[in-house]
Amino acid sequence: MTHFTALLASNDPPTLAELVNPRSIQICLVFSALLFVIGLFGFMTRRNMIVMFLCTELMFQGVALAMVAFGRMHLDVSGQVFVIFILTVAAAEAALALGLVVLLYRRRATLDVGAWSELKEC
Amino acid sequence: MLGLPATNLLALKAAAGDEIPGAVTAIPEAARDENLAWAGLILLLPALSAILCGLYAALKVKNRLPGWTTVIALAGSFVVVCFLYAQHEPGQPTVIHLFDWINFFWGDGAFQSVRANFALYVDDLSIFWMLFVTGLGTCIAFYATEYMDEDRGKGYSRFFGAMSIFLLAMCSLVLGDNLVMLYLGWEGVGLASYLLISYYYTRQSAIDAGKKAFIMNRIGDLGLAIGIWLIWYNFGTLEYDALFQALNAYLPVADAGKLPGTEIGQPQLGWSAYLIPWFLMVGAFGKSAQFPLMTWLPDAMEGPTPVSALIHAATMVTAGIYLIARTYPIFWLEMEAGGYALATVGWVGGFTALLAATIALKQYDMKRVLAYSTLSQLGYMFMGLGVVQTFGACFHVYTHAFFKALLFLCSGAIMHGLAGQLDVRKIAGLRLAKGWKIVTWCMFIGGLWLAAFPFTAGFFSKDEILAQAFVQKGPGFRALGWIGIITAGLTAYYTFRVWFRVFGGRTLHIEPGPEHHGDPSSFHPHPPGWRIKAVLIVLTIGCFAAISTGYWGIGHWIKGMVTHSSAAWGLPLHWHEGDIPFFGGDPHFTMYFVSGTFGLIGLAIAAYFHLFNRKAAERLDERFKQHFITNLLPRTLEKKWYLDEIYNALVRIPTYLSAKFLYLFDRIVIDGILVGGIARIPVLVARIFQPLQSGALQGYATTMAGGVALIAVWMIWVFLQKGGG
Repeated sequence: MTHFTALLASNDPPTLAELVNPRSIQICLVFSALLFVIGLFGFMTRRNMIVMFLCTELMFQGVALAMVAFGRMHLDVSGQVFVIFILTVAAAEAALALGLVVLLYRRRATLDVGAWSELKEC
Repeated sequence: MLGLPATNLLALKAAAGDEIPGAVTAIPEAARDENLAWAGLILLLPALSAILCGLYAALKVKNRLPGWTTVIALAGSFVVVCFLYAQHEPGQPTVIHLFDWINFFWGDGAFQSVRANFALYVDDLSIFWMLFVTGLGTCIAFYATEYMDEDRGKGYSRFFGAMSIFLLAMCSLVLGDNLVMLYLGWEGVGLASYLLISYYYTRQSAIDAGKKAFIMNRIGDLGLAIGIWLIWYNFGTLEYDALFQALNAYLPVADAGKLPGTEIGQPQLGWSAYLIPWFLMVGAFGKSAQFPLMTWLPDAMEGPTPVSALIHAATMVTAGIYLIARTYPIFWLEMEAGGYALATVGWVGGFTALLAATIALKQYDMKRVLAYSTLSQLGYMFMGLGVVQTFGACFHVYTHAFFKALLFLCSGAIMHGLAGQLDVRKIAGLRLAKGWKIVTWCMFIGGLWLAAFPFTAGFFSKDEILAQAFVQKGPGFRALGWIGIITAGLTAYYTFRVWFRVFGGRTLHIEPGPEHHGDPSSFHPHPPGWRIKAVLIVLTIGCFAAISTGYWGIGHWIKGMVTHSSAAWGLPLHWHEGDIPFFGGDPHFTMYFVSGTFGLIGLAIAAYFHLFNRKAAERLDERFKQHFITNLLPRTLEKKWYLDEIYNALVRIPTYLSAKFLYLFDRIVIDGILVGGIARIPVLVARIFQPLQSGALQGYATTMAGGVALIAVWMIWVFLQKGGG
């Protein structure tokens, strides 16, 4: 609230940047970081391939949210444009990745990612 | 008889009258004659014959067609040479341009062109050489048509093809108008020699001999190549005509006796010009088998005998003499400047003559004795060149070509008739066999000529050289002359040792050679056919003719030929000084008696031990063998002074060891440490990071996250360092 009381107290008309509430952006960024970390943690701990894939999507959304937040901070729409691109690509990639997961499942009859480690050294 | 040489001596002096010291002839400029292009047939005919022989080989011709083709082509060549000689004006060289070959120029003067066109330099020396090369080539090819008969359909075309290549290359060597054509021919005769030495390619010794000849000649060829390069470097041309014109400026032409470069205004020669003779000498020693590049020639006797006669006795091995005679003005210049190139040529020749003659004393293989005698006679020729007696050297080349070809062809006839037997211990009394009369007496004549029996051609030509050794001033030339005289005695002994052993004796006794299969007692030598006999008779006539051409009758034909060429032009000639006595007289006169006596002594010893009293020879041999010390010399001679073994120790083993060392160096240092070591670095680096490649997806994810976190921490740290905000 302090932001807006300061704005009201001033006699000058507010600039466009002053209309952005930095607190809301902070909340957005924290939330996006939370999303990313949850995704990362999930990715590193879970062994189910579908869950791992969901976790990567989660990290994606975290990044996308951060972009939208930064776009708002600079009053620029390119952050949002980027996000729309990311969502499109993510949708296409989800189709591909889930297809791969299905194929991998057919080979080993398990979704455990530990079943796939032939290419490791030694 | 004794008066005869004396009168000739006077005539000789009269003929040389216009060439006394002080009056030096400049080397004349060559005329250029395009109308003589038919002389190109001399080279074209052997080339055609070589191509035809190749076709015959491809078509598997079984008859004597290759032989006759070659004989006709070579005879045609000889006829063309004769025509060329007939229209040749003595003392006037002619250049006949055939076609452009190497023709770069960036100006008109010296040093502004590299020209080596396919042209012929026709002067007395080259015609002289061509006459006996093509003439003997024809005779010997004719002989070979019979000698090689058993190979018809197998190697017959190959043999005659190589003979044609040889003649083609030899003509290019002798007639070429520039040093590049000489070099082309030089390599060509080397190739033909290699092909023909290894003709019996299923025999290991023949293959080895061919390789030995080829590799040893490479050493000489390198010298020749450097010499030719130095000639261009110093005189700016490779053509004889331009070279001789350039040399005229340095030769004491205008004022005899003055050293080059001592007059103001006379051009100076660079130091490298004085190296030219040394390099050319190496080339000549390689091709003409002089010490130390001599050991290939005796082994070259592995080839068919006509090849030994033509290439390794009469013609190819004289190419070294031709080279030095052709470039003699350069040698002369070096000598006038105080150098020792010519003296070295003479001494190497004399040394080889003696060395080879001593080896020939104890050889049992007839062809080997002849091979060593060839070395020895070539040594005489080099001695002649060394003591500034080019006429004697060339005369000896000529007489030697006839009598040595004759001797080789006779021994070939024996080998042919006796199933490859050449060991003088296993043949005796061959003159008693039916149909061997002509071979017996032709070989006798050849032997007399080689032994320099008085009033034979070999006697006169050798004496020219020996006498000049006593006349010419030079380092130890008198000792050199004595070496030559002693060698003459040895020559007479070993030549007649062979003849008396093979043809002498009261009864006919023959052990057949390795090519006879079956019972030795049923063996009968088959006498040579008409073609071999005809060639032997022709060569015998040639031997007799050589006496007259050299000395009597039609005058000083050869002397004229040699003195009207670069072998004598520009030299202050002093054939007969007369003021240096030898046994109280002019050496050119007293030498007849001295060398004649030595020759007769050698002949008498051979007759005693090998004809009249062979038992004495055997007893002497036994007594020598009884004790180690007395046996030392005969054994060493039989083993050819251990030259092959010494070369083995000095050259082959160090070469082999250094090759082995370099092989190991390559294996260990280059391949092992450098290449292998560098290749090991990525492997080692990979080993460090290998554990990261665990195969667990979560592990990769953790690594990635950690990496990203590290980058983030680093970025924040940088951000704070810059003052934050």
